[in-house]
Amino acid sequence: MSPPQTNEPIVAVKGLTKHFEIGRGQVVHAVDDVSLDIARREIVGLVGESGSGKSTLGKTALGLHDKTAGEVVFNGESLPAKYTPGDFQRYAQSMQMIFQDPYSSLNPRMTVGEIVGEGLRLHSSLSRTDIRDTVADWLRRVGLNPDHMSRYPHEFSGGQRQRIGIARALVLEPEFVVCDEPISALDVSVQAQVVNLLDELKESLGLTLLFIAHDLSMVRYVSDRMAVMYLGSLVELGPANRVFFEPKHPYTELLIGSNPEPDPVSERSRDSTAIRGEIPSPVNVPSGCRFANRCPKVMDVCRDLTPELIPVVDAGHADRQVACHLYG
Amino acid sequence: MSALLEVDDLRVEFDTYGGTVQAVRGVSFELDRGQTLAIVGESGCGKSVTVQSIMGLIPMPPGRITSGSARLDGKDVIDDKRIDGKDIRGRLVGMIFQDPMSSLNPTMTIGEQIAETLQVHRGYSHKRALARAIELIDMTRIPEAAKRARQYPFEFSGGMLQRSMIAMSLACEPSILIADEPTTALDVTIQAQILDLMRELQRDNGMAIILITHDLGVVARMADEVLVMYAGEVVERGSVDDVFYRSAHPYTLGLRAAMPSNRDDAAQELTPIDGSPPDLFAPPAGCGYFARCPHAMRACETEHPRAFELGEQHRARCWLHHEDCDVAADEVFRK
Repeated sequence: MSPPQTNEPIVAVKGLTKHFEIGRGQVVHAVDDVSLDIARREIVGLVGESGSGKSTLGKTALGLHDKTAGEVVFNGESLPAKYTPGDFQRYAQSMQMIFQDPYSSLNPRMTVGEIVGEGLRLHSSLSRTDIRDTVADWLRRVGLNPDHMSRYPHEFSGGQRQRIGIARALVLEPEFVVCDEPISALDVSVQAQVVNLLDELKESLGLTLLFIAHDLSMVRYVSDRMAVMYLGSLVELGPANRVFFEPKHPYTELLIGSNPEPDPVSERSRDSTAIRGEIPSPVNVPSGCRFANRCPKVMDVCRDLTPELIPVVDAGHADRQVACHLYG
Repeated sequence: MSALLEVDDLRVEFDTYGGTVQAVRGVSFELDRGQTLAIVGESGCGKSVTVQSIMGLIPMPPGRITSGSARLDGKDVIDDKRIDGKDIRGRLVGMIFQDPMSSLNPTMTIGEQIAETLQVHRGYSHKRALARAIELIDMTRIPEAAKRARQYPFEFSGGMLQRSMIAMSLACEPSILIADEPTTALDVTIQAQILDLMRELQRDNGMAIILITHDLGVVARMADEVLVMYAGEVVERGSVDDVFYRSAHPYTLGLRAAMPSNRDDAAQELTPIDGSPPDLFAPPAGCGYFARCPHAMRACETEHPRAFELGEQHRARCWLHHEDCDVAADEVFRK
C-alpha cells in the first residue's frame, strides 16, 4: 500500500486556531491562524520560545486537541475538528507523536515489549508471535537489545527511553510524525545518536516529520525548512539554512542571535545579544504585530495592523515567507 | 598572590545499596578572582558533586570525602574530612541552581527569601534586610522591584525566578558565584539575558564564577578557563581557547563533533559518542574513556593516564601525548 506520489503536500495546515478557555471569559490564544504545508519526506523544524504555541500546534494538527477553527488536510482528506475514539483508531496508523520527556511518556507498569507492541495489538491483525517478532525487530532498529523486551522503563537510561518512544511511534509505520522536543532532555552525545537515528529512519521509511525544538543549531542541522513561531502565530518560514544564516523577521534575527555558538572567538567579538523583555501573555494578545513591543525595528504601522505571512523573494527564489511590515 | 580557590586531589564517594560509587576521583583546579571557570561533561560525570563538596552540600553519610583539600582564600574548607558549610555558604560562595522554581520556597515572598539570607548571615534587622533585598532585586534588572518583592514565586516567570536566585545568592557579596546549569531550563532568549546579567555583575563586583553546564555554546560565551570532566575525573583543562581550538583529549573532540556547528557547510555530519560512561561502582583501572574512545590503545585499558602538560595551563589525561606513543597526537587532534 503505497501512497500516491504527487506534489500535493502530505499535511496542509490551513488557518489552524486553538484557543483555550480558562474561565472568567478569558481565552488563551495558543495558536492563531497558522497555515503550513508539509511536503512528503520533508522535515520541517518548528522553533520559538516556550509559550509560543509550538507544542499546541503539533498536538492540534494530530487531533490531540480539538480545533477551534481552521482545518488540517492529510493526504487530501480533511481531518475532523474534534476526534472521536474511532478517529483516533483510524488515524493512529498514519500519524504519530514522539514526546519530549522520556520519563513521563512511558507507562512505568508496562514492559517495553507491551509499550512498543500496543499499537500493533490494537491496529493490526498480527498474531502474538508476529507482534513479538515485529517489536524485536523495531527494538533492534532503534539500537536496543530485543532481549530487554520484558524489562520496565525504569531500567533504561534517558537516551534508551527516548529510543523506546521512537520505536512505539514508528512501529505502525506512520507517514507523518510530530516530534515534540525529542532531544531536549538528553546529553549532547546522546542527542546526536537520536538525531542520526531519526534521520536514518526518515530515509528508510520515507517519513515526514514536524520537528519541534528550541535548540536552534540542532533544528537547522535536522530540518529542510524552518518555521518560527511567536505568541501563537507563524512569523517566518523558509529553507532552514537560509532562515538561520539570513533571518528576515526581526524576531528570528534576535532569536538566532541569542543562540551561543561553540566558538570562543566569535562569542568574544559579539556584544550583548539579549532581546529586551519577555514573551507577553497569550491571554491578552496585543493588536497589530505581536512582536511590536519588543521589536528594535518597530514602526507606527506595526502597532495597528497585523502583518500577514507573505512570500518574500530571496536570492531569486520565492520559497520564503515572512510576517513583517518591513517586507510589505 | 595565591588563587582564590584551590582544589587539590578531591575524592568523593557515596555509599549506596548497590555499593560505593566513586563520584569524584581526584579533581584539582584553581580559580582566580574575577575569572569564570566552566565545568563541562555529561550527566553523572561528577561536575555537580565537585562543587557541592566545596560548598558543604554533600550529605554525609551517605557521602564521604576520602581525600583532597579545598582552600578558599587561603582557608581550608575541608577540615577533618568534614566541611564547615554554614560559614561558606552565603558568605563566601553563592550558588544558583538549574531549576529556580523548585529551589525557592513557594510559601514565602521573594523579598522575604532574599532578606532571610541577610538576617541569617549578616545579622541584619528584618526591616534593613528587606530594604536591601529590594535593592538586590533592582540590581538584577527586575522592573518594579518593590512590588515584585512582595510577590510569591508562582507569580514570576522562569527568567525572573532565575534573576531572583541570583539576587539571593549575591546578597552577602560572595567572592565566588557557583551556577549549576543556570540556564538549562530557560529559552535561548532568556538565557542570553541571564548570561549577560552574570557578566555585568561580575564586572561590577569582581566575583569569580564557576559555571557548570553541558552547553558548549554557553562555555564559549562565558568562560576564561574550562575543565572537561569525564567519569569523575578532569580529562582536560585549559583556557577556553586551548580547549576549543587545541582540544587535546578524545572526549573533548567527541563532544565537539556531537554538536552541530553553525559554519556554513551544510554537509557536516554529527558524530555521536557511542556507548555510555563507565560504571563508577568499579571504575576502570585505565582510562575512563577507554571503552568509547576511537583512538584507544592497549595501554589505555590498564594504565591510568597521567595529566600531560601541553601548554602553560593546558593539561590532558591521555596517553596519546606520551613521548613513546607511536600514534602521532598531532594527527588525532589536528582539527
